[in-house]
Amino acid sequence: MLEDIATIFIASALINNFVFQRYLGLCIFFGVTKRMETAVGMSITFTSVMVISAALSWLIYKNVMIPLNLGFLKIVIFIGIVSGFVQAADTIMKKVTPGLYYKLGIYLALIVTNCIILAVPLINASEKYDLLQSLTLGLGSGAGFSLALIIMASIRERLELADVPKSFEGLPISFVLTGLIALAFLGFSGMIPL
Amino acid sequence: MNEKINYWKIFKNGLFSENPVFRLALSLCPAVAVTSGVKNGFLMGVAVLFVQTMSNITVSIIRNFIHPRVRIPSYIFIIATWVTVTDLLMAAYARDVYKDMGLYIQLIVAFAIILSRLESFASKKNVLPSGVDGLGMGVGFLLALVLIGFVRELLGKGALWGYQFTPSKPLLIMILPTGGFFVMGLLMGLFNWIDRRFFGGKTTAEVHMEGHKHGSH
Repeated sequence: MLEDIATIFIASALINNFVFQRYLGLCIFFGVTKRMETAVGMSITFTSVMVISAALSWLIYKNVMIPLNLGFLKIVIFIGIVSGFVQAADTIMKKVTPGLYYKLGIYLALIVTNCIILAVPLINASEKYDLLQSLTLGLGSGAGFSLALIIMASIRERLELADVPKSFEGLPISFVLTGLIALAFLGFSGMIPL
Repeated sequence: MNEKINYWKIFKNGLFSENPVFRLALSLCPAVAVTSGVKNGFLMGVAVLFVQTMSNITVSIIRNFIHPRVRIPSYIFIIATWVTVTDLLMAAYARDVYKDMGLYIQLIVAFAIILSRLESFASKKNVLPSGVDGLGMGVGFLLALVLIGFVRELLGKGALWGYQFTPSKPLLIMILPTGGFFVMGLLMGLFNWIDRRFFGGKTTAEVHMEGHKHGSH
């Protein structure tokens, strides 16, 4: 049981890292990694939204959609759940913790239609995970995404000073860099015998 | 609308000057994820083409009935409906590729490019120009995916569309995740270079910034 949970966590954080192996969330990944501060804020927001939306969508999938045989509508329903939840979090944070809202609130708006958030419930549904496993997948993916953002932000702060060919400035060189990090992450794939 | 609309110009816009992948740098996730071969890239491109065109047309037809304040959620549900249609069709008729690509097909719903075209084009124009715009963007996307898939499959497997024409595998790294990022970066650099050298255009970074100003993310 515990072993199973640990396997899911490590697999989702390192081996199937969302950015480097599954290529999800690239828009955000390249968008917010210009500065370390935004990268850290984004990681915190993303991880918490992922865990909560994993739990919410599991509850609805298990208790509403399966009994009613609505599995084929999962895309429509999950995106409704996620965007509804993010909208609610936005409003609640603004009222309850304005300080936190001004630090992290701007990222919430970016999250609503993001593939990486939607991917967690979809993977959970297709793997038929139970509640604990779903939460672990959410947490592991969040941790993996945070790791990727922080690595990339630290490199890009230095990249500003580098002398890059004009045509490769900005995104193209970041893609090549990401490729190199992905190569390093390939080394993790031997950690768990699948 | 009486003014004459240049459909070819709208169509061409999506092909090169606002190519979703190389120029606007939107919806990059599938561009690297499914393009380990030409065939996967092509099918993904067709799926996006279909969803983009149909959502453009749908929004254009019912745009007068959507209250501006709820437009984004309505657009998302329209896209989600068409993605579900595509998803079920693919699951029924293309089972072998669906196993690898299923997740990415479902995630078309979160593509920035589709939503931003609905917001900036289809919500203001008539049905025909909207459909053409969707076609142009979709074909631009399709071509980009096929191009990346072509480079990766040729170099990684020595094959095209699954057909092996040389027994050697020159650069196996190209079909690994790493290769996807490399090819993407190099092609983007090449496009920038061509544009700067021959057309005096801007770099991807600058186009990207402008895209952010009048597109949603």
